[in-house]
Amino acid sequence: MKNKRNILYANIREIGLIAVIILLSFFVQYRSGGSFITAENINDILVETAVLAILSVGMMMVIITGGIDLSIGATMALAGMIGTTVLKNNQNLNPLIIIFIAVLVGALCGLINGLLVARLNVLPIIATLGMMNVYRGITYLVSRGSWVLQSDMSKEFMAIATNRFLGINNLIWITIIIYCIGYWFMNYTRKGRQIYAVGNSMESAKVSGIKTKSVLVMVYTLMGLIAGLGGILYVCKYAASQGETATGYEMNVIAACVLGGVSISGGVGKVQGVLLGALLFGALNNALPLMHISPFFQEALRGLIILLSIIINAVIQRRVTKKSLERRSENEQ
Amino acid sequence: MNSNEGLVRNIEYERKFSLKRFLFQWEWLLVLLLVVINLINIRLSPNYWDFDNLMSAIQMFLDKAILVFPMMLVILLGEIDISIASTMALSAVIMGVSYQSGIPMPAAIMISLLIGTVCGLINGVILVKYKELSSMIVTLSTMIIYRGIASIILKDQAVSNFPDWFQYFGWGKIGNIPFILFFFIIEALVFTYLVHKTPFGRKVYAMGNNIVTSRYSGLKNDKIKIIIFTLNGIFAAIAGIFLTSKMGSTRPNIASGYELDVIAMVVLGGVSTSGGKGKVGGVILSIFVIGLLRYGLGLINVPSQTIMIIIGALLVVAVAIPNLKNSLRAFNKMNIFTKK
Repeated sequence: MKNKRNILYANIREIGLIAVIILLSFFVQYRSGGSFITAENINDILVETAVLAILSVGMMMVIITGGIDLSIGATMALAGMIGTTVLKNNQNLNPLIIIFIAVLVGALCGLINGLLVARLNVLPIIATLGMMNVYRGITYLVSRGSWVLQSDMSKEFMAIATNRFLGINNLIWITIIIYCIGYWFMNYTRKGRQIYAVGNSMESAKVSGIKTKSVLVMVYTLMGLIAGLGGILYVCKYAASQGETATGYEMNVIAACVLGGVSISGGVGKVQGVLLGALLFGALNNALPLMHISPFFQEALRGLIILLSIIINAVIQRRVTKKSLERRSENEQ
Repeated sequence: MNSNEGLVRNIEYERKFSLKRFLFQWEWLLVLLLVVINLINIRLSPNYWDFDNLMSAIQMFLDKAILVFPMMLVILLGEIDISIASTMALSAVIMGVSYQSGIPMPAAIMISLLIGTVCGLINGVILVKYKELSSMIVTLSTMIIYRGIASIILKDQAVSNFPDWFQYFGWGKIGNIPFILFFFIIEALVFTYLVHKTPFGRKVYAMGNNIVTSRYSGLKNDKIKIIIFTLNGIFAAIAGIFLTSKMGSTRPNIASGYELDVIAMVVLGGVSTSGGKGKVGGVILSIFVIGLLRYGLGLINVPSQTIMIIIGALLVVAVAIPNLKNSLRAFNKMNIFTKK
């Protein structure tokens, strides 16, 4: 009995999120006249959310260390642009090579962020804000202001985002794989646990012999790598690459992480929570137009929902802390 | 008594004047940067020192500069506010709509100031009520909400046809000097006084240095935080008025991305985002460093994308340099410890 209760308390955020998603689904299903919970629409939601969900894993790691990465939108644009520019000039290249190039570009961007944050002690928000401008500028320079369009991309490349494997879209498969790796990495590897340690207390992590600086560099490089992958998939899905690609996307990703219960002050966050956060965000984006809410209302509603959910989260957390303190004092008596 | 010495180490109290400390200030680096930028600009373009050109350039970048001082207060607290550009948009849109619906322009301006105040107040109250939420996230969501409300009100339309005298804010001149420059100078003087000469300013530094200690020393943290976020909202509305006046029209998507430019100016001015450190002088210098750099590069036809790269890199490098010095110092200290 006690054990069960502990599990409940430990996963209160995730359970809350699942409840919210289920309630929202039924509500939207009712309001939209049954067009929300259909196999096709759920597939749409998942495909639309895939890139956001992939990026959220990386952002979660960065936020757990107490940092933030504002440059990922620009990294996505740069990786996507370089990848598609290479493709434009060599139509016969294997799409996997294009993805590899984009991931490499992303990882390089992330590495620069990581070195700035860890080695030169620049605050993450400043370092990534500055590099955001730099990467975005380089994207414009690479593209020379022009777009890479559908006609410049090979069929094999475009197929990545549209083909299905076992009846499920490739993007969903990629998301599933990334989440499996992420779950394993954050929970069962030494490096993953070190990320939590660094986020909880940099000082104690250092004292207990963790190389905090190299953990930070690794986290930002991984974030960049994931942003590179996300960027090329984004470009592939929308079949266009340009200087403005994914402007402001970082805010969506941060919002998804926060919805998923990642604490901005660091040390707290779970892979499964982030997945639910991204799904909730994606479901909202899909549900609002289905309920015939004017597009002009959608933005404000989305913001309001984020604000409410973080406030509710804070209230729940207060209750949990209070309850566990009460239980502790009961036990002591 | 000896054990207390370690505790007061970080707090700035009246120190003896030291030439070395005076010369090794962040502000001197900015002065140097400003001089270098001006020299290069003069060499590259003979039109640079033309008074009218310079004034119109200043007119161009000063609408952002209005936001810099209240943002500096926010960052001094160790907080951040990324909703200001949305507040600008919302207050400007409401001003435009209320003017269109027949309210006289001065009243519409008052309404816009009121909206800015309310927006800032909401940020402050949420942050004070729910202390565990970080300002980054709260203002991220209010950023989305405020701009969202602006686009609910105006959809994809624009409001224009303001009365002629309204242009004065953006384009008016007193003698040869733009009105906005006067406004900026007065604002700078007021904030210098407020931050460096009043008890309020010292309280802000105290809170930025250590919020727990400042509460234990009897400061009304909550009140100060709400005041500062509200100030930020008011000045966002003022900047919105100037921008609308300059453009002659307003839309829900004006000023997008301003918040990051403003934060960049504050940080380049030597204000630490972890709070409690920075001077108004540095911030004023950094406004002109970024503004004149952009103007000079534009004069010699550097594409705006390259300017973006240069300013981004400048921000990162400028912030990294003093850190390099600090970590070197920390390294030396470590050596002393190990020798002992």
